[in-house]
Amino acid sequence: MYFTRWKAAAVVLTAFVVCMFAVPNFFPEKTVQSWPKWAQRHMVLGLDLQGGSHILLEVDTKAVRKDKLESLRDDVRRVLRDARVGYTGLAVRGNGVEVRIRDDAGMPAAQTKLGELSLPLGGILGGSGQRSIDITNEAGNLIRLTLTNAAILERVRQSVEQSIQIIERRVNELGTVEPLIQRQGTDRILVQVPGLQDPTRLKELLGKTAKLDFRMVDTGMSPEQALQGRVPQDDEILYSASQPKTPYLVEKRILVSGGDLTDAQPGFDQRTNEPIVSFRFNTSGSRKFAQVTQESVGKPFAIILDNEVISAPVIREPILGGSGQISGSFTVQSANDLSILLRAGALPAPLTIIEERTVGPGLGADSIAKGKISSYVGAGMVIVFMLATYGLFGVFANIAVAINVAMIFGILSLLNATLTLPGIAGIVLTVGIAVDSNVLIYERIREEVRAGRTPINAIDAGFNRALATILDSNITTFIAAAVLFYIGTGPVRGFAVTLGIGIITTVFTAFTVTRLIVAYWVWWRRPQRVPI
Amino acid sequence: MRLLRIVPDDTKFDFMRFRRISFPISALMSILAISLYFFHGLNFGIDFKGGTLLEVQSKSGSADLAKMRNTLGGLGLGEVQLQQFGGPSEVLIRIAEQPGGDAAQQVAVAKVRNALGSDVDYRRVEVVGPRVSGELLSYGVVGLGLAIFCILIYLWFRFEWQFALGAMIANVHDIVLTIGFMSITQIDFDLTSIAALLTILGYSLNDTVVIYDRIREMLRRYKKMPMADLLNASVNQTLSRSVITHVTVSLALLALLLFGGQAIHSFTATMMFGVVLVGTYTSVFIAAPILIYLGVGTGRDAYSSSASDKP
Repeated sequence: MYFTRWKAAAVVLTAFVVCMFAVPNFFPEKTVQSWPKWAQRHMVLGLDLQGGSHILLEVDTKAVRKDKLESLRDDVRRVLRDARVGYTGLAVRGNGVEVRIRDDAGMPAAQTKLGELSLPLGGILGGSGQRSIDITNEAGNLIRLTLTNAAILERVRQSVEQSIQIIERRVNELGTVEPLIQRQGTDRILVQVPGLQDPTRLKELLGKTAKLDFRMVDTGMSPEQALQGRVPQDDEILYSASQPKTPYLVEKRILVSGGDLTDAQPGFDQRTNEPIVSFRFNTSGSRKFAQVTQESVGKPFAIILDNEVISAPVIREPILGGSGQISGSFTVQSANDLSILLRAGALPAPLTIIEERTVGPGLGADSIAKGKISSYVGAGMVIVFMLATYGLFGVFANIAVAINVAMIFGILSLLNATLTLPGIAGIVLTVGIAVDSNVLIYERIREEVRAGRTPINAIDAGFNRALATILDSNITTFIAAAVLFYIGTGPVRGFAVTLGIGIITTVFTAFTVTRLIVAYWVWWRRPQRVPI
Repeated sequence: MRLLRIVPDDTKFDFMRFRRISFPISALMSILAISLYFFHGLNFGIDFKGGTLLEVQSKSGSADLAKMRNTLGGLGLGEVQLQQFGGPSEVLIRIAEQPGGDAAQQVAVAKVRNALGSDVDYRRVEVVGPRVSGELLSYGVVGLGLAIFCILIYLWFRFEWQFALGAMIANVHDIVLTIGFMSITQIDFDLTSIAALLTILGYSLNDTVVIYDRIREMLRRYKKMPMADLLNASVNQTLSRSVITHVTVSLALLALLLFGGQAIHSFTATMMFGVVLVGTYTSVFIAAPILIYLGVGTGRDAYSSSASDKP
């Protein structure tokens, strides 16, 4: 039971410092911000407590693959054309591209040139020895270029990274506090936006690829004719974004794309007073746009967003200034959203929402209130029970448990951890575990007293024997908490965090704080009998 | 001040004899729980089944369930369940997973939002797509298995293998009975239920380890005491602690159950059953007596007890 002076001081100091980290949670955000940086750490309320949206997005791997295959096919065409090798039957098949070389003489050139398309993956450094394309020759001069899985994965990874940046720009425009956007796994992105009343708008901003194209409308044939007969090879049919869905026959060739935009702003048309989106191109976009509009005065072109025609105005005069406007039955809100999307840029691949959890601020506030009430009531009942069972030692136990809980809050703040409703449940349960460690010690002391030891001896033996048990039993619970942390997400993880931290602080307080309190009491009172 | 003594000093209950009743009861209950699981099933929440859950609150007093049921039933979303949740103005709407992948779930939510309009406040919206729900379920099952395995390894290192095995049997028994409880009550089985199961596991083990610790200590101290007496003595000596600890945990859980609200209700109800009812029973009546069958202490001179050897 003997503590050297410096050891006692170390225990008190550690407990005090850890508890102090919990202090910023009790002050309003404004006040805390004026404190030094190191003192600002505090717990973050989870989405279930403060309200907000948790949205898990997945990159459409199929679309990435399709994109990649199509660009491979175009590359093959370009390479063979440049090398003046005759070919037939160039097409995407399954997981690759097939092409048949017309005559044997072309084979060597085709093989070398196509071989150059296959690049080592992972850049010049970090080369894993894998290549982007596997090339095989089959009978009848058939060459098959297969995209490797590694190449697709690489592309998905890049898509996720680009998408995260674009989503950040989009979400920041909503003006919310501290949105969290991070990669999950290989092909997923987690978006958490606290304090959002209605996630509909957020989801609209996330769900749009926002791929903007300017293309010519083919006036050689009416869309109805094309629909009945054959769509020309270089054209395709796209429908209008607004109801009723009208078909347009547009060229596949893209004149200028959204990537050439430098700015987009919502506004109003000066004549009709309708909401519009005005945009400005960068230098190369302006040049291209000027050239096209000069050549095609009097012809219509289509402004296409995500494969839907927003509008198809006729070019009245060449547009040389590099800026223009899009009109097309917008509302103020949709014009605003479109300009946000255009400014943020297009996603490299479509994203799908695969999980959504939204909690309204009302429910969050209710949960906080309920968490508080149940914690107070639970703690109150436990305190009274401990006092009734152990008297003075019950007071010691309650002090130790209070310090324990304060330390949990301190560590949670230090880690900037997120407090969720299951997390609060975890703290309440920790109170149970923490009390148990005291019960184990006290019951052991009772036994030792019955076995005929002197008070000081009994207390000493009680602590020593009980601590081994406390350690064993807490490690098993800690393993369960660790597994929960590893497999859990969101609220469940919050529970695991508080439970795990609670176990650590429980062991710490049982070994040091409780012991120190009792040791001090023994030194002070020199008890003749143990009052438990 | 007179202190409260729930369990008197020096109890001498013959727990080991009770094993002739407790083992058959436990076996029967486990079989019952397993058949409940297979024939009655668990009420899988959207976490594992996929689908949509909306918690709405009527802005104009009490919610008209019949009317809402009508409105939502006409949307062609398949199975739509409505349920009063908490106060009279709050309704929980569950929509089964829509065919057509992840995007179809979002379409369903949009339809419901349109149909209910601005008469209600959306307190909670959860949409789990088919892929995520499958992953969550397998994570849950893997997690549970992983936890049991890790704990087993730990116990094996700290004790002898018989103890680890005994603890595991007790553990599986707890989990099985709790799953039976979830099946009878048809409590939502979701991610928090997995959390509850893991916590029950932790607590029950905690209890078992405390008793095993004592048994190990007794084994070292009394080399000649008959095994049944030794186990009885160990359980009796730790009985006061077991009871007091479970009273405090129950008090904490009771507070959560009464005042914690609907959001954690299924969690606390499960915990109450698993920790308080099953966990305590298991450590005393299953985990300890099973050591006899597993042959703990058979290396000792087990059947020649002497009076001086008694504690």
